[in-house]
Amino acid sequence: MSTRMFGEPIPRREDPRLLTGQGRYLDDLGRDALAAAFVRSPHAHARIIDIDVAGALDVEGLVAVYTWEDLPGRVGEPLPLLIPHPSLTHGRTAYPLARDVVRHVGEPVVMVVARDRYLAEDAAGMIRVEYEPLPPVVGIENAARADHLVHDDVPGNVGAVLLQETGDVAAAIEHAPHVLEFRLDIERSASTPLEGRGVYARWDADDESLRVYSSTQASTSVRAAIAARLGLPPGKVEVIAPDVGGGFGVKIVHPWPEEVLVPWAARLLGRELKWAEDRREHFVSAAHERGQVQHVKVGFDGAGRVLGLDVRILHDHGAYTPYGVIIPIVTSTQLLGPYKIGAYRAEVTSLYTNTVIVTPYRGAGRPQGVFCMERTMDRIADHLGLDRAEVREANFIGPDEFPYDQGLTFQDGRPLIYDSGDYPELLRKIKELIGWDGFAGVRSAAAAKGRRIGIGLGCYVEGTGVGPYEGGHVEIDSTGRVNVSTGLTSQGQGHQTVFAQIAATELGVPIEDVHVTTGDTRRFGYAVGTFASRAAVMSGNAIALASRKVREKALRIAAEALEADPRDLDITDGVVHVKGDPGSAIPLRTVAVLSNPLRYAFDEEAARATQFAVGGSPEDPPVASGDEPGLEGKDYYSPVRSTFAAGMHAAVVEIDPDTAEIHILRYAVVHDCGRLINPMVVEGQIHGGVAQGIGGALYERMEYDESGQLLNASFMDFLMPYATEIPRVETDHLETLSPLNPLGIKGAGEAGVIPVSAVIASAIEDATAIPIAKMPLSPAELFHLMSARERMSQRILS
Amino acid sequence: MTHEVALTVNGVHRTARVPARRLLSDFLRHDLGLTGTHVGCEHGVCGCCTVLMDGEPVRSCLMFAVTAAGHDIVTVEGLAAPDGTMSPVQRAFQECHGLQCGFCTPGFLCTVTALLKDNPRPTDDEVLEGISGNLCRCTGYQNILKSVHRAADLLDEEA
Repeated sequence: MSTRMFGEPIPRREDPRLLTGQGRYLDDLGRDALAAAFVRSPHAHARIIDIDVAGALDVEGLVAVYTWEDLPGRVGEPLPLLIPHPSLTHGRTAYPLARDVVRHVGEPVVMVVARDRYLAEDAAGMIRVEYEPLPPVVGIENAARADHLVHDDVPGNVGAVLLQETGDVAAAIEHAPHVLEFRLDIERSASTPLEGRGVYARWDADDESLRVYSSTQASTSVRAAIAARLGLPPGKVEVIAPDVGGGFGVKIVHPWPEEVLVPWAARLLGRELKWAEDRREHFVSAAHERGQVQHVKVGFDGAGRVLGLDVRILHDHGAYTPYGVIIPIVTSTQLLGPYKIGAYRAEVTSLYTNTVIVTPYRGAGRPQGVFCMERTMDRIADHLGLDRAEVREANFIGPDEFPYDQGLTFQDGRPLIYDSGDYPELLRKIKELIGWDGFAGVRSAAAAKGRRIGIGLGCYVEGTGVGPYEGGHVEIDSTGRVNVSTGLTSQGQGHQTVFAQIAATELGVPIEDVHVTTGDTRRFGYAVGTFASRAAVMSGNAIALASRKVREKALRIAAEALEADPRDLDITDGVVHVKGDPGSAIPLRTVAVLSNPLRYAFDEEAARATQFAVGGSPEDPPVASGDEPGLEGKDYYSPVRSTFAAGMHAAVVEIDPDTAEIHILRYAVVHDCGRLINPMVVEGQIHGGVAQGIGGALYERMEYDESGQLLNASFMDFLMPYATEIPRVETDHLETLSPLNPLGIKGAGEAGVIPVSAVIASAIEDATAIPIAKMPLSPAELFHLMSARERMSQRILS
Repeated sequence: MTHEVALTVNGVHRTARVPARRLLSDFLRHDLGLTGTHVGCEHGVCGCCTVLMDGEPVRSCLMFAVTAAGHDIVTVEGLAAPDGTMSPVQRAFQECHGLQCGFCTPGFLCTVTALLKDNPRPTDDEVLEGISGNLCRCTGYQNILKSVHRAADLLDEEA
């Protein structure tokens, strides 16, 4: 078998386990553990008057009941504000269990521990909490009006005002030949992985150590948080992300209240304890995203070139701000997309509401920014009577203009400088793939048959692979097995395959010999986490660098054994050999043996490394100064700044003229994430992203009533798409290498979701000639828009 | 108040004493330790917990264990051959990248196994219809549809 694995669509190595029921997700662990359940607030905003647990005490199997007052010291402190930012002047985080006031339906108030989950819920149901309801703040504009406050000490409900600015936007718009002004609305949606959150903790009293399993995207940081809260040395806390049933952003938030409370109680009780979230809990106590209102003012010239863009955004961040202003930053920077526009000003007001917290969901603010920019491009084209693709092209950054500095600060605190890209070529490809140029004829032919079809386009640039760093450890053991580990976590991205492809290629070993571990602090203690399309870029490069170190060492040791020059050696199928002389060879497993000078032989192979077997100068130590025993290496990749992937999507939709049903006839994606490690995996990421984007464009929204009750907190009512709602996605790729990292790769995880709402809006508008300013759009809403227009045109006629 | 539940799971006679309210999904996972069957919503919408009862796909989160007494249940752990060789449906899902996080996968595998038994050569529309009761948040379904057709090919080749 060839050892050149990079770039090949090889089948995933994690699949056999997952296909045979041998996956190990959080709730598959700890069969004998006690179970936790939570009493959660039924009110969006209320003062807690009294908690009466007496009724629960007789429930069979009850072990413990905890309220905020039971939490000692740091365990009871507000959860950390993970990403402070100067604009976040009024950041607020929740207590692990509510103290005095609850600020959204679903906020945990009481933790119950019992023999199993059924009994824990029985007991939770017997606990009486008396509340004094307070006026709830629901909806972005109600929050901005601030008739009532979510936090007494946060005036105007304003957590942050974030400003991004280049040039003099007021002057640019004033002097522009054309000016448009409009408003856009985007509803809330959520990551909604099929596996909810979960935590399972074991306290080892003999060792005074804690092992925690969590369905998380950031195990090292969960460890740091737990150690700090529980007053344990970090070295006495192990956190492992087992198989994780999807994350999409929601599991990057940490520590969740439950991630503090479950380990704390497990230690206190000296018992294994587990909490596995149920679906309703996930809807009302995890996190949501998207919701924004955008006021856009744009000035442009006759060719559609943007001279000034002024965007004022109201962003609903829910009841607390543990994740800071990352979404506003991403929206306001990534809004610029592949374009060089004149002056730009974005002001994001991030507002408190009495709803579930808002933290990144795949795309993390980009879908909103791209919706804003792409709707703007379409409006400009419409206003000038120009082709929509032409207007975009007029604004593109040219392929010869990289690195391109947008003059803003990105989410990693670094300048927003695009590293590479070829946007005109992406546009050419997407137009060709969807048949853009010939579509007018297709549209009118369909219209002649009474069918209403339309085409839409959307472009985006995605900053991926944000720092600060990730690391990789590579070890070849004396059986020839290659153990690769990295600290970031996996939620279905195929890391066990793609990281093995990188290591196998760098080392020259069969991929079957490579075994990858992610998200386990026992194996790798330093990491940031899996988010922002960063895993392949960050850990992929770190593993490549670590593999190169191991390769260099292997060649050095093999050269001594073969009495050859290391520069004359190569590694093929796990065997080091002299180039052009396959007879002069030594397997890596033997090199591994030789790398570790031994006193004691444990088998025949090891005997070769014992002190009377090895040669070497009697004047030199067996392990040379600066060298280490073992055939292993560790390295880190830390980029100066993010690398910027890009893509363009196009869709053809058909609208039923009678029912306003929206049917996606075709969906096409052209994507550029630099070099592809595994094209099959990248395509899978795109398919999944597009499906989530379609959910966000047409189906998914969080329906809060005015009292802050989430009316659709179930899969019956929150309309996640089934296979019947998702069209086949046609894909094409461009590979513009990133100059920033050794592998030339860019991230791909979020790409699929980013422009979908913009594309679908563009296509619906093309089909109906009705301006689309709101997403998601249901057939009922479109029907009302169509009826309103009909009434208006009848009025004009009469 | 507990009840003795005796049933066949993956060809093996199993018994356990459980309360009347124990869901079949929890019974399989927690009482019998067959954690391959996953629970995604507990209200019968997502399809993650789908198992085969007497050959027909059922939502194990909508059934009590006591209801399954005397019946023949097959879970994802029972789809491969006794020697561990994956079934054509399982192999097709790997070949076509029909899974990512793998959480919904056991439900899809059980659903598709039954689908292809009833209809060994489904059309595109029949496949769509056949899997339209299972949610997947990762794949966008495209490769799952491909997997079903590929599984039909593999079953055909092996027939």
